[in-house]
Amino acid sequence: MKNFNFKSAASTKEASKLASGRATFLAGGMSLIPALKLRLAAYSDLINIKNIKGLSGIKVSSKSIKIGATTTHAEVASSKEVGKSIPSLSILADGIGDPQVRNRGTIGGSIANNDPAADYPSACLALNATIHTAKRKIPADKFFKGMFETELKKGELIEAIEFEVPEKSSYVKYPNPASRYAVVGVYVAKFNKEVRVSVTGAGNSVFRSKELETVLSSNFSAVAIDNVNISSKGLNSDIHASAEYRAHLIKVMTRKAVSSC
Amino acid sequence: MVSLIGSKLERKEDKRFLTGKGNYTADINLVNQTYASFVRSPHARAKINKIDISKAEKSPGVVKILTGEDLAKDKIGGLIAGWKIVSQDGKDMKVPPHPPLANDTVNYVGDHVAIVIAETLEQAKNAADLVNVSYKIKKAVVNTKEAMNSEAIYEGIEKNLCFDFLLGDKGKTDEGLSKSDKIIKLDLINNRLIPNAMEPRASIGDYNPSSEQLTLYTTNQNPHLTRLVLSAFSAIAPEHKFRVVAPDVGGGFGSKIYPYAEDAVVAWASKKIERPVKWVAERSESFLSDCHGRDHVTHVELGVKNDGKITALKVETIANIGAYASLFATVTPTYLYAPLILGLYDISAASCNVKAVFTNTAPVDAYRGAGRPEATFLIERIVTEAAKEIGMDQAEFRKKNFIKKFPHQQCLVHNIDSGDYSAHLEKALEISDYKNFENRRSQSSKKGKLRGIGFSTYIEACGIAPSAVVMSIGAGVGLWESAEIRFNATGNVSVFTGSHSHGQGHETTFAQIVGDKLGVPIENIDVVHGDTDKGPFGMGTYGSRSLAVGGTAIAKACDKIVEKGKKVAAHMLEGKPEDIEFKAGEFVLKNSNKKKTIGEIAFACYLPGQFGEVKSPLPAGVEPGLKETAFYDPINFSFPAGTHICEVEVDEDTGETKVEKYTAVDDFGTIINPMIVEGQVYGGIAQGVGQALYENGHYDESGQLTTASYMDYTMPRADNFPQIKLGFTSTPATSNPLGAKGCGEAGAIAAPPAVMNAVIDAVGTDVSMPATAEKVWKALKKNPSKKAAA
Ligand SMILES: Cc1cc2nc3c(=O)[nH]c(=O)nc-3n(C[C@H](O)[C@H](O)[C@H](O)COP(=O)(O)OP(=O)(O)OC[C@H]3O[C@@H](n4cnc5c(N)ncnc54)[C@H](O)[C@@H]3O)c2cc1C
Repeated sequence: MKNFNFKSAASTKEASKLASGRATFLAGGMSLIPALKLRLAAYSDLINIKNIKGLSGIKVSSKSIKIGATTTHAEVASSKEVGKSIPSLSILADGIGDPQVRNRGTIGGSIANNDPAADYPSACLALNATIHTAKRKIPADKFFKGMFETELKKGELIEAIEFEVPEKSSYVKYPNPASRYAVVGVYVAKFNKEVRVSVTGAGNSVFRSKELETVLSSNFSAVAIDNVNISSKGLNSDIHASAEYRAHLIKVMTRKAVSSC
Repeated sequence: MVSLIGSKLERKEDKRFLTGKGNYTADINLVNQTYASFVRSPHARAKINKIDISKAEKSPGVVKILTGEDLAKDKIGGLIAGWKIVSQDGKDMKVPPHPPLANDTVNYVGDHVAIVIAETLEQAKNAADLVNVSYKIKKAVVNTKEAMNSEAIYEGIEKNLCFDFLLGDKGKTDEGLSKSDKIIKLDLINNRLIPNAMEPRASIGDYNPSSEQLTLYTTNQNPHLTRLVLSAFSAIAPEHKFRVVAPDVGGGFGSKIYPYAEDAVVAWASKKIERPVKWVAERSESFLSDCHGRDHVTHVELGVKNDGKITALKVETIANIGAYASLFATVTPTYLYAPLILGLYDISAASCNVKAVFTNTAPVDAYRGAGRPEATFLIERIVTEAAKEIGMDQAEFRKKNFIKKFPHQQCLVHNIDSGDYSAHLEKALEISDYKNFENRRSQSSKKGKLRGIGFSTYIEACGIAPSAVVMSIGAGVGLWESAEIRFNATGNVSVFTGSHSHGQGHETTFAQIVGDKLGVPIENIDVVHGDTDKGPFGMGTYGSRSLAVGGTAIAKACDKIVEKGKKVAAHMLEGKPEDIEFKAGEFVLKNSNKKKTIGEIAFACYLPGQFGEVKSPLPAGVEPGLKETAFYDPINFSFPAGTHICEVEVDEDTGETKVEKYTAVDDFGTIINPMIVEGQVYGGIAQGVGQALYENGHYDESGQLTTASYMDYTMPRADNFPQIKLGFTSTPATSNPLGAKGCGEAGAIAAPPAVMNAVIDAVGTDVSMPATAEKVWKALKKNPSKKAAA
């Protein structure tokens, strides 16, 4: 790890102000610190955002759940309100990494990082989330742009993520046995007017599956998926899973998700 | 007094380990210490054109940068292969030089190019980034099977062949095969494993210019041998001026038996700069540069009669030993492997041909089980297929072929002194509830899961090893063990062992032996190891040898203490030594109520004579002091054996395998501390299941290690396991007075075939290790007949 200046921001304003030059935000540090230690990244300043009041916490209304950026995975997993209103979201949070990671890692950090195998991005797409930053509101559909790439501008701070409450939903992942990130994770959410299906782990970034959404919109049942043809084209192929196997897993995970909705 | 041997005492060492107070090499910090970072090769195979350190040298805090050229100038020798193997054509094995810092070529990703020493670790790393090495990249040789057909990596080592070894009689074996009714054939891969000790390697060189004493603190299982090798072959320092300390060591599994390049380099560098030099591996460095394990490609043929009797066994193996021949790299796939292919079966003809090849991958050396897991995997896989082929029950087939009379001279090497294989098989069948397996299979089927069962009846050769035998087959050293018992005047005891504990619990087990033998309370006994300045020369810990060989040396030293104690007691009690009985810590004169405790005797030995009230004269001719040393050279290997039965469930949608039930019944002979033994078995099984289902050291075509972190290298975790059920049977070893056979490797040896036989039973076709979900899914696609009921 190369040396850096450690700064702690007391407000979102201060955080945004400090985030100039070769500076970056530090939330749970679960992705950033390993990258620094491996010398894959180096910054002049790390701006701790964990002390900013109001940046963490969960607000629930009948239509949406708004989760502050520095809310930890453990807090989401154990929140009674989340469990009641969107149980699949607490299940997702409970399945991230291990207890240490869940106690430190934050939802804002996960989304800003946009790891192609991370869990939360799939929730954002399926639950039609809005990403609130210090400057603007970004619909999830526009937020995730590619591998580790998002719509965020340099120094733009995520303040909260607001999820729409669906009629029912489910998230099922096939974890990579080594890292426990998703080899394939499928989030299915049924709303009054539409079904949204997002897939993580399989492509170079999280994506929505139009085929699955179309089929499930007309018949929301596990058997409906049997006849969908998921192409392996463009899917990731690595030592953990071939594209063909990932395409197969998308179907299996979708079937499981729909059955457990 | 209750016997300490056989009781589940809590481990004496756990207090410090569990409270974070262990003293590991990385915990040691010396005055005026510097920090080292190694420049490593990013290429699998390349010629070094030039190493430019000019920029790096100017980087802040840099103390010294040293390369292979400096090493050569100082005439520091290379690392050695400690065991000479002779090929079937009578020629000696061929090994390339292995300089601790590369001379003009690098031969695997992670190979050592330079050491950068600076005032802080960060400065060392920053400067290391600035060392500019220009390479001419060459095509890497990576694949085990293809190595012999690839370009030679080293001049003079044709076909990349280290040796072409043959054990057994090929003619007789072919004859046996031709006489069989069926010949079963299998092609097997024994996957490459990365040891992943919890504690990464570390070493600190500390040269004292005024005393000319060099101390090396290092994560090592074998400090005396490390000193010997680094003195005699690398010429780092003469043995009497060289101290090697291996303090608390957090796991080794074989990967820390020998000195590494880093050990040699920091020790030498410290001499050059006359300051301590500290290096601690990062986990990435461990993945790249710790010696790996296994990596065999094997063809095996087994002849059987229709009644189930095995007639012959033929094995052909290509063993990948990586870029260099590490210290035990050549014995692992030969003498630790080939004799064991017979398993615990009575087979009258067998041959095993092993071709060891060099590749541009990390060196491969002993890893928990070392050779024996590879042997056990092939024999237990093929025996399982044979039983299926002739339609016999797995247990019956095995029983029919078990060795039943002891001692038994096998057709290859070993003379097995004791065992009762049906006993552990029967017990395992009972504990695993074998008779109701088909019920469980249909229960699983109802859930949409495929259930399979796998057997592994294994044997291993441990208690390594009779020196005369091993030296006659190429070992560079004898494999005896040493012990010293030092009584203090106040009656407590320091026990020195030449073996080394890095998780095995010697401080407790050995204290139990001494406590029983000498009648001293266990809290008054301290077991000391891991420092060449403290105890006598020892041969370290590996090959499940510590108790059978090291424990016996301790028992023998205790006997000598008692013998001397009897003389002293006889004198003090005014009797004859032959009339003194020693029991539970007391020397008692026969037919009298006169006695002396061992504490009183120790006191007398250190304070001989009369002083006021104290009256403790020694008999004439008896030296003062109470300290005895014993060296023990075993007369034979020991042969632990057992039966492991595994049941798995396979998810046919995803191909994922889950171990549902695991039973292990082991015969380790005498057990000193059952709790410690159970821990060893659990850990071994976890590693074996890891090999079968998860772990895989994988290099891509260019020789990059693609599984170089926990993101990609799958370690087994607690949630991968059911509650493992254990049982024990016992036929004591006859080769050592304790009757101990060794338990450290059994789980890792037995588990892979038990798990794989279960997976293959569930899936219906062969699957190679590790049986990852995708592989199993693909196998199921090919074999759609296997469908669960749901
Ligand atoms: C062992 C391990 C296992 C894991 N397993 C999983 C898993 O199974 N599934 C999964 O989804 N994830 C997994 N993770 C990742 C984990 O969820 C991380 O916590 C998360 O990706 C990053 O969150 P963080 O709070 O730690 O962010 P940090 O590491 O602090 O930051 C990550 C990046 O986000 C930026 N950032 C942080 N907060 C903000 C903000 N509010 N606004 C703008 N930018 C911000 C930082 O500048 C940095 O670039 C795992 C991590 C580890 C170490």
